Amino acid sequence: MKTNLILFTVIIAITIQNLNAQFTQDSLVYSFDALEPYIDAQTMEIHYTKHHAGYVKNLNKAIEEANLLNKSIDHILKNVSKYNSTIRNNGGGHYNHALFWQLLTPMKNTKPLEKLSKAIDSTFGSMQNFKKQFNQEASSRFGSGWAWLIVTPQKKLAILSTPNQDNPVMDDAPVKGIPILGIDVWEHAYYLKYQNKRNDYLDAIWNVINWEDVSTRYESAISQK
Amino acid sequence: MQPAGLNEISQTAPFKLPPLPFNHDALAPHISEKTLSFHYDKHHKKYIDTTNELIKGTEFEGSKLDEIIRSTANNDKYQKLFNNAAQSWNHWFFWNSLKKDGGGIPKGNLLDLMNSSFGSYDQFVKEFADSSISQFGSGWGWLVRDADKLKVVKTQNADNPLSHNLKPVLAIDVWEHAYYLDYQNKRNEFVFEIINNLINWDFAEYNLSINP
Ligand SMILES: [Fe+2]
Ligand SMILES: [Fe+2]
Repeated sequence: MKTNLILFTVIIAITIQNLNAQFTQDSLVYSFDALEPYIDAQTMEIHYTKHHAGYVKNLNKAIEEANLLNKSIDHILKNVSKYNSTIRNNGGGHYNHALFWQLLTPMKNTKPLEKLSKAIDSTFGSMQNFKKQFNQEASSRFGSGWAWLIVTPQKKLAILSTPNQDNPVMDDAPVKGIPILGIDVWEHAYYLKYQNKRNDYLDAIWNVINWEDVSTRYESAISQK
Repeated sequence: MQPAGLNEISQTAPFKLPPLPFNHDALAPHISEKTLSFHYDKHHKKYIDTTNELIKGTEFEGSKLDEIIRSTANNDKYQKLFNNAAQSWNHWFFWNSLKKDGGGIPKGNLLDLMNSSFGSYDQFVKEFADSSISQFGSGWGWLVRDADKLKVVKTQNADNPLSHNLKPVLAIDVWEHAYYLDYQNKRNEFVFEIINNLINWDFAEYNLSINP
């Protein structure tokens, strides 16, 4: 009885907290150790429960102070040049990480579906060339940032990278588009396992990319007006 | 007191990796031997090596490191050279900003300057820590001299006070590689460990003496 009461109180407390907080983290659909040996469990746990959670917490506080409650994350990013750097950094941090978790999977050997596969071949020559160009961009991003595969407003594929927690959705991004694949190249994404060897992390991560998810995002992006 | 590696850092290319002013295990437990083995032997060395590669065939072959940094700052054409040259210099400056059994309240003129600039040592600690911790993404926290005052500034990535005409006094590296193996996401703990236990006030005094 007492245990039930405590449990009930905890559930109520969590519910109240969620009502106040505009943005929350979706649960991971795989365990922290599911991406081993390519991404280690400790890195996943800290990345999700500390870094991403920190962005969400700071974002919620910042939008409350700025009277931006009830705005979607897309709306915030598409108007980010009007807001302060706390909203920019933490809004980007939330969007990028929420996307990143969905792009990873413990399933082995996922492949791009036909439409994306053809677009990759015609844009980059081959899957192998695409990965090479992508990793080149990700490797040469100096400091903290992200590498992206986007669908441009002209419905073309393009590779680019952005500093810190910026992304191609932001209204002031130098190149805009819909991200269908993003890889975190902040050192926190790989330092515990790979240390200074960012390239080893970039080679390994292709083993856990969810190409079915990327393909779905591609098809949705090219059909958007 | 002459800082370690001043000769290496004052010469023209090809640049040599300046020595660490202490053993790799000297700063433990505040900064581990493992962290220094990557930070110095891999990261710092790579910045020096890359600077030497990038400089070949450019107008900077006969220039000193600080001249290269000032000349390439804010120049898109030389951004990669700036990044690597500045990081080569920043890390030399950072190593000298640290020592075993450092930290604590400085003495003499330095303490007077600190009091007249920040109000108190505690206020200095607060401002230096806040500034360094709040640098978003990779970068550096600095104590600098600006005219007759000390102040704290933070810079992004490789950027440093030399390119802003400020006189650097102390540096804290807040790239994640500086603390991730020891502190993971807890940058604040790393910064306070440095300020409380590792700051080399002799180096700060040296920097004030050469920039009167
Ligand atoms: Fe991250
Ligand atoms: Fe560093």
